[in-house]
Amino acid sequence: MADRGALPDVQRRSAAWWQDKVAQGLVLIGGVSAIVLILAIFIFVAQEGLGFLLKDLDLVEFFTSPAWRPTSDEPEYGILALMAGTASVTGLAMLIAVPFSLGAAIYIGEFATGRTREVLKVLVELLAAIPSVVWGFIGLSIMNPLIIDVFDVPVGLSVLNAGVILGLMAAPIMTTIAEDALKAVPDGYREAAEALGATRWQVIFKVVLPSAKNGLVAAILLGVGRGFGETMAVLMATGHSVNIPTSPFDSVRAMTATIAAELGETAQGSPHYQVLFSIGIMLFLVTFVINMAADVFVRGGFKLKGKRK
Amino acid sequence: MVTANPTTERVEKLAIEDLTIRYGDTVALDSASFKVFENEIFGIIGPANSGKTSFLRALNRMNEMTTGMTVDGVVRFDGTDVRDWRDVYALRSRIGVVFPLPVGLPLSIYDNVALSPRLRGIKSRAELDTIVEQCLTRAALFDEVKDRLDSLGSLLSGGQQQRLTIARALSQDPELLLLDEFSIAVDPVTTMRIEDVLKDLKQELTIVLVSNLVRQARRLADRTAFFLGGELVEVGETEALFTGEVKDSRTTDYLEGRFG
Repeated sequence: MADRGALPDVQRRSAAWWQDKVAQGLVLIGGVSAIVLILAIFIFVAQEGLGFLLKDLDLVEFFTSPAWRPTSDEPEYGILALMAGTASVTGLAMLIAVPFSLGAAIYIGEFATGRTREVLKVLVELLAAIPSVVWGFIGLSIMNPLIIDVFDVPVGLSVLNAGVILGLMAAPIMTTIAEDALKAVPDGYREAAEALGATRWQVIFKVVLPSAKNGLVAAILLGVGRGFGETMAVLMATGHSVNIPTSPFDSVRAMTATIAAELGETAQGSPHYQVLFSIGIMLFLVTFVINMAADVFVRGGFKLKGKRK
Repeated sequence: MVTANPTTERVEKLAIEDLTIRYGDTVALDSASFKVFENEIFGIIGPANSGKTSFLRALNRMNEMTTGMTVDGVVRFDGTDVRDWRDVYALRSRIGVVFPLPVGLPLSIYDNVALSPRLRGIKSRAELDTIVEQCLTRAALFDEVKDRLDSLGSLLSGGQQQRLTIARALSQDPELLLLDEFSIAVDPVTTMRIEDVLKDLKQELTIVLVSNLVRQARRLADRTAFFLGGELVEVGETEALFTGEVKDSRTTDYLEGRFG
């Protein structure tokens, strides 16, 4: 054996070792701080709203009464109409956003090539970056008169308006995530199916979509979460009147918009202030459940059973 | 079908004339011309980057999916240029392909094999059952998986998945079977089993076998073509090539392992 010269001292820690340790530490702080922050927010919201929610509030009234009169002499705190507002707007938004975003994702991921694909991807991501207040503005100043004209209704700020705006808002981010899910399907699957003589549509429906299923469901659930949490655009486009909608042309008020509009005018610690936090807890729970569900799907919690039909 | 002496009266299955394949400006295969006859195993050997896989892709027009890949010249399949087939999907369904790395689609074993018949429009459960069992049996896989046809095909071992791929290709009831270095991810025992399967299949269909295992080509192929750097160096009876009846010294060099 040739002389290897002086071997490095195994007891001495090199600069690279220290770098590694420091990097580990920084990443750990980053990860932990995210958890600490989310816990802190949860504790804060719970502290402000949970006591009231459990003690002073009539829970039956809270969930079943459509009357939201927090500032009257005999205040009523029913959030049924607010929940109906949020649910109707989100539901309509998803009816619009799901087909559009899945269609867009399939086009970008499976059909568009080269330049077209790159341009579309950039444009979709640009759409996702439009601030929600701008969407609200579009709802207020463009959609509103348009709906009044087209449908001959007195007010254009309604479930329809907010649903369309929210659908257009949620579609880009859903498209991006759905396209990522399609891209994660190995090309080998497509080639194998094409080699069998499958047409493009058959490849997409029989092979690509089933294998991307988890990611696609996650994309939809994230869109739903976005819909529930959206505030400004919904505040501007719904008409903001407490109402259980019976038609798409009814004005409604969303839970988020209620908090945004009223919290600034309440005295800190007052029942009104606290009940707004109770609404916050409700929103928190709903989005938490949706995000958890999305996460479970992304991890493939519900495995393809491969059943014999 | 060939009834008379198969070495003299061979029916032409594929006729390749002046086939040139390019990726952009790079030539992957340079004006190759040769024929493949019915019911033979036609071996294609050569080192990496010789144009073997590109050639296979040109046969069933998979090149149309690859941007920048252009094919010039003629590939006649049963006498008709493949590019004259209006329905490319009908063409592809007559040509089975087995890829180097096994591609078990993320479907059940049953659905993997039943996919192609279903695409053809076969819905009858009994008919599908028969096809699935037949194809899995022919691919020497049925006994190993018959109790778990419902489980995911992509969860099988590499060798089993490759046999599943072969079963899937057979479910197309193909006239031509293209194998692209099928044994690359398969253990030697499974390789031998698949090779036996291929020898039987030769009675019913035509096989083009791309292999970078020279000895595999010798074991299986009736005739063999040697591709080198995009050039078709030589085509001939396999035994003749191996016993030294070659026109080009590079063939002997490659076969004897002096390069590649």
